[in-house]
Parts: sequence; C-alpha cells; structure tokens
Amino acid sequence: MAEHVLDAKGLNCPLPILKAKKMLKSLPAGDVLKIESTDPGSVADFAAFARQTGNELLSSESAGDVYTFEIKKS
Amino acid sequence: MPDGAQSNSKSMSIIATKGTLDWAYPPFILGTAAAAMDMEVTMFFTFYGLNLLKKDLDLKISTLGNPGMKMPMMGMHMALPNIVSAIPGVDRGATTMMKNLIKKKGVASIEDLREAAVESDVRMIACQMTLDLFEIKKEDLIDGVELGGAVTALEVAGQSNINYFM
Repeated sequence: MAEHVLDAKGLNCPLPILKAKKMLKSLPAGDVLKIESTDPGSVADFAAFARQTGNELLSSESAGDVYTFEIKKS
Repeated sequence: MPDGAQSNSKSMSIIATKGTLDWAYPPFILGTAAAAMDMEVTMFFTFYGLNLLKKDLDLKISTLGNPGMKMPMMGMHMALPNIVSAIPGVDRGATTMMKNLIKKKGVASIEDLREAAVESDVRMIACQMTLDLFEIKKEDLIDGVELGGAVTALEVAGQSNINYFM
C-alpha cells in the first residue's frame, strides 16, 4: 500500500479538511492518508470529519506546532 | 463504519445575504466544509449576497459602522472611528490590509472556496427577484448557477437538517 501524505501546514480552516477530502476521494478504500497540519482547530475538526464521513481516524498526534492525523478511507 | 459514526445523509441550506469580503467567508466556509462531510449543500444567494456569485469577484470590506472590526495594526488592535472610515480610500486600504492578512494567515481566498464549492457539487441558487432589482444579468454570474425564488429556498430549507441565514 502506497503512503499518502498531505502537507497542510500553514493552511487555515477549512483548507486542511477540504484538501484531505479531495485526496481521500482519489484513494481506494482501505488506504491511509497522513495529514500534517499547523492549525490547532484541525484536531477537533478531523475527529468530527471522521465521525461524520465514516472514514476512520487511526491516530491524532501533536509534536510541537505540528498536528499529524492518519485517516483510513472507508 | 467505526463505532459512533453518524449517518452521512445530512443536508444543509444557507441563505447568503451579504456581499462584502469579510461576510463572504461564513457561507463559503460552512458550505464547503459541509460538502466535505458528504452533506448535500444548497446555497441561496439574495440581495448583496449575489455579489458572491459574480464572475468578476471584487469584494471589499468597510470599516464604516463596524466597531467590532479591530484589525491587528502596529502591534495592537485598532477600530477606526466612523469619521475616519468615511474618508475616501480608507475602505480600499482596509480591504488591502485584510487581503494581506488572509494570505499571511493561510486563510483560503473566496475565489478558492467558491471553486471548491463548485467542484463539490454545492447547489447554488441566485434570487431571481434581486437579479431584476439590481439589474444583474445571469451572464454576469458564474456558470452552473440556478435561478429561483423564496419558495425554492423554502422548499430546500424544509428538506434540510441544517439551515443558516447569513
């Protein structure tokens, strides 16, 4: 399985979500998208996005100013 | 679907009534975010909101009568007194400042958000009555816009889980 990474650093709401959605659309089910963001609001937003769309949030971590999420395409 | 996942068949309608750069954000941010969440989204543009559908987007802000608008300036936050706002060129300067801030903070441009809305099949309806009232031609608006009236907006609202008036 190829690794898919979205660099959303420096982008503000709702761009990280919009770009993630666009990338997820192009992925086959089961693939994992890793998103890197610097928007603190994206922590709550990616959790809600996963609940709403059914794409599973595998991890949500922060290191310094960067937040990293892994979402599995449903 | 993981535990706790909700049904993704929700729908949302927004009535956008304002045509300034700052007020263009709430409808387009919520509209595109909802579409990203697989919601069915309809945006109804009426009165000054029609500005947001024009091919040639030329959105401005006004500091006049807007005491809530405190822009970061010279290390502090400043609101302009109305008498200053009324001076020709002040709104243009404030618009430039706002656009610079938008870029600096990684906030999407309205052009980008609108394009994202079109790409994600957000249904956009322009108010026929306002087009007539302000003598705006359908050709002045972006492609894919439908025309409709109050009843069209209300029918959509009646079928939507979430309805916003902005």
